[in-house]
Amino acid sequence: MNFVMPTFLPALPEIFVLTMACAVLIADVYKSEKNPFITYHLSLVTLLGAAVLTVMMHDAEPVITFGGSFINDSMAALLKVFIYLVTAVVFLYSRDYLIQRGLFKGEFLILGLFAVLGMMVMVSAYNMVTVYLGLELMSLSLYAMVAMHRDSSVASEAAMKYFILGAVASGFLLYGMSLIYGATGQLGLTEIASYIKASSGHDLILVLGVSFVVVALAFKLGAVPFHMWIPDVYHGAPTPITLFIGSAPKIAALAMVLRLLSDGLGGLHGEWQGMLILLTVLSVTLGNVVAIAQKNIKRMLAYSTIAHVGFIFMGVLAGSPAGNAGAMFYIITYAIMALGGFGMILLLSRAGFEADNIEDFKGLAKRNPWFAFMMLIVMFSMAGVPPTVGFYAKLSVLSAVIDAGYVWVAAYAVLFSVVGAFYYLRVIKFMYFDDQDDNTPIESSPDVRAVMSANALAILLLGIFPGTLMGMCASAASVAH
Amino acid sequence: MESVLFYLFSAVLVGSAVAVVTVRNPVFAVLFLVLAFFTTAAIWLLLEAEFLALVLILVYVGAVMVLFLFVVMMLDINLVPLREGFIRFLPVAILVAIVAFAEIAVVLGPQHFGLEQIPSPVAHAADYSNTKELGRILYTSYAYPFEIAALILLVAIIAAISLTLRRRPDTKYQNPAVQVEVKRNDRVRMVKMAAEKKVSHREGASS
Repeated sequence: MNFVMPTFLPALPEIFVLTMACAVLIADVYKSEKNPFITYHLSLVTLLGAAVLTVMMHDAEPVITFGGSFINDSMAALLKVFIYLVTAVVFLYSRDYLIQRGLFKGEFLILGLFAVLGMMVMVSAYNMVTVYLGLELMSLSLYAMVAMHRDSSVASEAAMKYFILGAVASGFLLYGMSLIYGATGQLGLTEIASYIKASSGHDLILVLGVSFVVVALAFKLGAVPFHMWIPDVYHGAPTPITLFIGSAPKIAALAMVLRLLSDGLGGLHGEWQGMLILLTVLSVTLGNVVAIAQKNIKRMLAYSTIAHVGFIFMGVLAGSPAGNAGAMFYIITYAIMALGGFGMILLLSRAGFEADNIEDFKGLAKRNPWFAFMMLIVMFSMAGVPPTVGFYAKLSVLSAVIDAGYVWVAAYAVLFSVVGAFYYLRVIKFMYFDDQDDNTPIESSPDVRAVMSANALAILLLGIFPGTLMGMCASAASVAH
Repeated sequence: MESVLFYLFSAVLVGSAVAVVTVRNPVFAVLFLVLAFFTTAAIWLLLEAEFLALVLILVYVGAVMVLFLFVVMMLDINLVPLREGFIRFLPVAILVAIVAFAEIAVVLGPQHFGLEQIPSPVAHAADYSNTKELGRILYTSYAYPFEIAALILLVAIIAAISLTLRRRPDTKYQNPAVQVEVKRNDRVRMVKMAAEKKVSHREGASS
């Protein structure tokens, strides 16, 4: 057996994050009372360093190493950089909230870094084994993070639900993968793609495998009818963890969808397109309608996530590079919006008080006009009002699906996003037109204020100048094909 | 001979799998699961996967199931509420099971996985070691996934410790360092008392 030593260099960001996560793990044990933030700063340095290494290692040509398990292409680089960015902002927003509740422990950062590593593995995975292992590495860290607040029974319940449903979904994914392996005899995504291209026949085993894989992907992203865990987990988890789960892992999950469905099973586009149309239509409907009835803003944003996932699947179902680019653009901007939305809840919360009811936003415009304006931008963007980036994201996905010939899906989605605008606008109504019940001034550190402002302004700026990011997504999607 | 053994093991496997979900006593259910793993290992041996068969017995039967058995025997679970609705949901469950079985049978039947589609593998020579082959491929082509699997175990350790290791004021945990360091004066207090007169005759006799 001939074995050539693989080049480790393309995986340098992964190796760096792993090394630093272990360093944080040790630093957490030996850190002194004087300097409790050393792990926090180390974690931010890790993410920054990983971003620098990812940009340095990036090459226009895709690099495949480790015997076809690992790929470093434009899509991987783009999504990884945004994963680091989003995670760094999550750590920053969460800091004060966790300190106030005595939850600011090294485990939050360590598990967060390992989750980031799992996401990186998913984004760069190029065979089915690596896809699955990356997913498990990420999910296991997330389950533990949800359960971290042990004294809260709601959090424990949420963690239990998340763990059990996540394990079932992983089972589905594995079964689908084993069927695909049984049909093709291959684990590598390119080998599977070329097998499907060579055998033009209608292979029943492959189709069954694809349907299991699609179910598992829908589970992980939270599309209807596999969405049951999303509201409970978002609501039950401590808000910083909700912020984390709702942002960075979604980017990785989309990468998994694109790798499996587009790179690996692109030849069976006709088979999975129908399934995705069903998921899209159901998600957009249920997400937008049920969100109207919510009183808790975390639950409301959870249902809004479901609706957004519908839009993301709409980009994927087009099956074209433009659709994939649209989905990528959508998920990146959605992660930034989710940061703004959940970050605002963290900002308004203080010791002993959770600002997680929509009513808590009443009269925010009088309490603090600047943050009310920031929340206004976030809500407008989620609703898809121009000139915010939410509008442009929806537009790119819709135009892709219309080009693919599914005008009715696009029309239906637009109709329900109009319905969805109601609950976003209601938050704005509460902030601007209702009287305040609560006059406590908002206390936060200057760095959190600055990043929160930058976050909301980025939503506005990306909406006015979407060209750069869209161009990056488009080139990433075209290389991936 | 081989097919006779195969059908024998399969029958035992299916029977014990059914028993796992139907027996009333959870300890018996765990023991039936052990039997199911054992027969699976036997079937894998017939497939010439000796290493995996042995690992199945060592890891699942030896470690996981023993742990399960401890958990089931130690926890005093009231089984009556768990069994509520068993009869009520039985028709739906049977229906779902039959549909799922039929669908899988259509796809996985011999028309797709028969000997015409996938020829029977050639038996290896007696000195062929699949342990060696597995190790060779695991540490070369699949080194990257292998390392990630190791990381998952590390995360599991961190998660388990961070979720269970916490100092609650009401737990009576021991601190061996303090126990070893203890001095006589910390535990025994010498009290000077005036001698008392003997009260009963029996105590006086025994001392």
